[in-house]
Amino acid sequence: MKTVTGHRLFWPAAVLVVMLLANVVVTPGFLSVQVRGGHLYGSLIDILLFGAPLILISIGMTGVIATGGIDLSVGAVVAISGALACYMISGQDDQGSVPGVLVAVGLALGLSAVLGLWNGLLVARAGIQPIIATLILMVAGRGVAQLITSGKNINVNSPPYKLIGGGYLLTVPFAVLVAAVVVALAGLAVRRTALGMLLEAIGGNAEASRLVGIRSRRLIVLAYTFCAVCAGIAGLMISSNISTADGNNAGLWMELDAILAVVIGGTALTGGRFTLAGTVLGALVIQTLSTTIYTTGVPPQTTLVFKAVVVTAVCLIQSPAFRAKVFRRRPGAPPPDPVASPGPADVEVRA
Amino acid sequence: MPGAVLEMAGVSKGFPGVRALEGVDLRLYPGEIHALMGENGAGKSTLIKVLTGVHQPDAGEVRLGGTPVSVTGPQHAQALGISTVYQEVNLCPNLTVAENVFIGREPARAGMIRWREIRRRAGELLTRLHVDVDPGALLGSCSLAVQQLVAIVRAVDVSAKVLVLDEPTSSLDRDEVEQLFAVMRRLRDDGVAVLFVSHFLDQVYDVSDRMTVLRNGRLVGEFRTAELSRADLVGHMTGRALSTLEQLHVTGESARVQAEPVLRARGVGRKGAIEPFDLEIHPGEVVGLAGLLGSGRTEAARLMFGADAPDSGTVTLSGDPVALRSPRAAIGRGVAFCPENRKSEGLVEDLTVGENIVLALQAAAGWLRPLSQSRRQELVGRYIEALRISPADPDMPARNLSGGNQQKVLLARWLITRPKLLILDEPTRGIDVGAKAEIQKLVVSLAGDGVAVLFVSAELEEVLRISHKIEVLRDRRLIAEVANTAEITPEGVLEIIANGTTS
Repeated sequence: MKTVTGHRLFWPAAVLVVMLLANVVVTPGFLSVQVRGGHLYGSLIDILLFGAPLILISIGMTGVIATGGIDLSVGAVVAISGALACYMISGQDDQGSVPGVLVAVGLALGLSAVLGLWNGLLVARAGIQPIIATLILMVAGRGVAQLITSGKNINVNSPPYKLIGGGYLLTVPFAVLVAAVVVALAGLAVRRTALGMLLEAIGGNAEASRLVGIRSRRLIVLAYTFCAVCAGIAGLMISSNISTADGNNAGLWMELDAILAVVIGGTALTGGRFTLAGTVLGALVIQTLSTTIYTTGVPPQTTLVFKAVVVTAVCLIQSPAFRAKVFRRRPGAPPPDPVASPGPADVEVRA
Repeated sequence: MPGAVLEMAGVSKGFPGVRALEGVDLRLYPGEIHALMGENGAGKSTLIKVLTGVHQPDAGEVRLGGTPVSVTGPQHAQALGISTVYQEVNLCPNLTVAENVFIGREPARAGMIRWREIRRRAGELLTRLHVDVDPGALLGSCSLAVQQLVAIVRAVDVSAKVLVLDEPTSSLDRDEVEQLFAVMRRLRDDGVAVLFVSHFLDQVYDVSDRMTVLRNGRLVGEFRTAELSRADLVGHMTGRALSTLEQLHVTGESARVQAEPVLRARGVGRKGAIEPFDLEIHPGEVVGLAGLLGSGRTEAARLMFGADAPDSGTVTLSGDPVALRSPRAAIGRGVAFCPENRKSEGLVEDLTVGENIVLALQAAAGWLRPLSQSRRQELVGRYIEALRISPADPDMPARNLSGGNQQKVLLARWLITRPKLLILDEPTRGIDVGAKAEIQKLVVSLAGDGVAVLFVSAELEEVLRISHKIEVLRDRRLIAEVANTAEITPEGVLEIIANGTTS
């Protein structure tokens, strides 16, 4: 039993399951998924669809946090990316033109990459603390988005653009497919190459990483750039879903949700060891919570308080120190170990 | 004889995959200095952590003055009168010396901290121990030795019944060790029970009254120091008769000097760290850097690796001039470096043993060219076996290993890259006799295979044992180079350090 509860993904997964079960109790048909008009429908599909942007951003954030950094600017990048794409499309004679949409998407992602590069260079080259370096873009980025949209919401009417955040492919929401592909690619990149290990080395011990010859600066810049591109894709999804670029509110506070998702997933904010699977679970926990608030009819004015209470409970339950205090351990039991290492039980220590 | 002030009986403690302690007893008497002996991984650190409440024992009990106590944490231990100074100084380098002494128990009046009082009392304590340092100085600006003494001052100030010193001497020079011993004896005469952990047998015989020996997490026995010979002690610690140390003695041969040097430094220096010096290391040659603490040993070694950038001079590696501005430049030329502080500058504790071992090779290859699983397993397995890293589990987090085994992991990390020049800064500090001999033997055999080695150590005996050539440093200057012939003795090197020449 201990090996199951000791697994690093146990608590995020358990929290998600409990949340889904709670929904089933309140709304009996919660888990049912139907095919309606060639599309999958149901609350679970909604969670995945509306959770896709958060999953993307959280995956990018995981890489940044693994290096010992943090990226506060993702919400602003979401707004900028959506604003630029919608601005480009709204200026076209034929908003439904596929090449035109592709150019707009390409430019929006390119700009996102440049913004990520900026963050990365500030951190890795200029040596500014990550929280300050990305705070600059967090504040200034909203202004950039406002500049692009001239302070107004830009509405677009473009079926190809609508596909990104609101369309379906093979009955599955397109956004979910995009998120799945990015997660799969990121997973391959960190575990099939040496990227994951080197990022963990940088976050775990920066000086040792320098002395062992790791090109830390490049990898840090790469992490911030990837994070911003993820935020850019999320920005496209969000603006596409509502066919509107809202420089003020798109992606507002998403950086905090993303950081929370990473932490709930089991990656420490101090850097080092990280888990993408945990982050995906963490993002789903947060999205499930938001969906729960809508489906169970929590009064709108109390939603933030409700969310805060649940998040506090989730964080407490994940804290080994808290669990040890509340659920009295039997005397002599070993303390819960944050790193699951199901090694042989009786290896002798020899010098 | 009065009863034991502290008793531990049948203490056991396990970690995932490791039985660190198995039914260990320990008795500490007031007015005695008690040495805790054992090789790396024998369980000394774990036992101390149980005693100070960092770890809870799985079985067994701790009795203080005859009554069983459950020590819940370091704070609680201190409240019970058990004070500890750990191997690694864990004070706050960004605070002043005085603040460090009183942190967490500042004298206060009406909720306000009395800073003048802190300054004054810290000054008194430091004077009592003859530690010459301004209580207002930032701790981080003091040498490691002074930081260690400040940690001891802090522990002594708490009215301690039991004082635990976990390898307090590993970074102190001879005078400072004497100073520390004077303090320990005074505390003993005041009726404090002192528990002393050290790898230096001489020091243990010098200062301790009684000792407890551990091996592989089990108790070997408790002995009176006066009644146990050194040979028997080493035998108890290792479980085998130890002759390897004596076997090793390199005869200072200079035949290799004909070859092109691996490294040639001309006028290399760095302001504030080390004055410009010349140095040549040939293939298969072990060059020792000797000098007192703060003489510039480490600084010189770091320049040869690009860990710090030199601001003068030229370096030639295998005949090619190179600018050693970063470690990468040196690594690309076949230079490897094990730093002095293995925890803060060497090991990535989050990563596993296997990951730590392949880190340098992987960093050189870049992230896009990962080692294949099979090659990685083969390499890691081979070096874990060759260096006898224990436990021999490549998937164990590196932080769970004992100090000596962590050092071996760092050696493995660099040996795997097949370096031409290996720079070792204090590779045997804080390591037991057995592992020390193994590492020294390894250095000699690497040199036999043609690797050039730059060996930095505070222990002159060790430098003399394995080096072909010794560079002597004093006050951040390289003052002499001597071939290691049979006539050279530690006293002779000390004399060079003192006078600049042999008489």
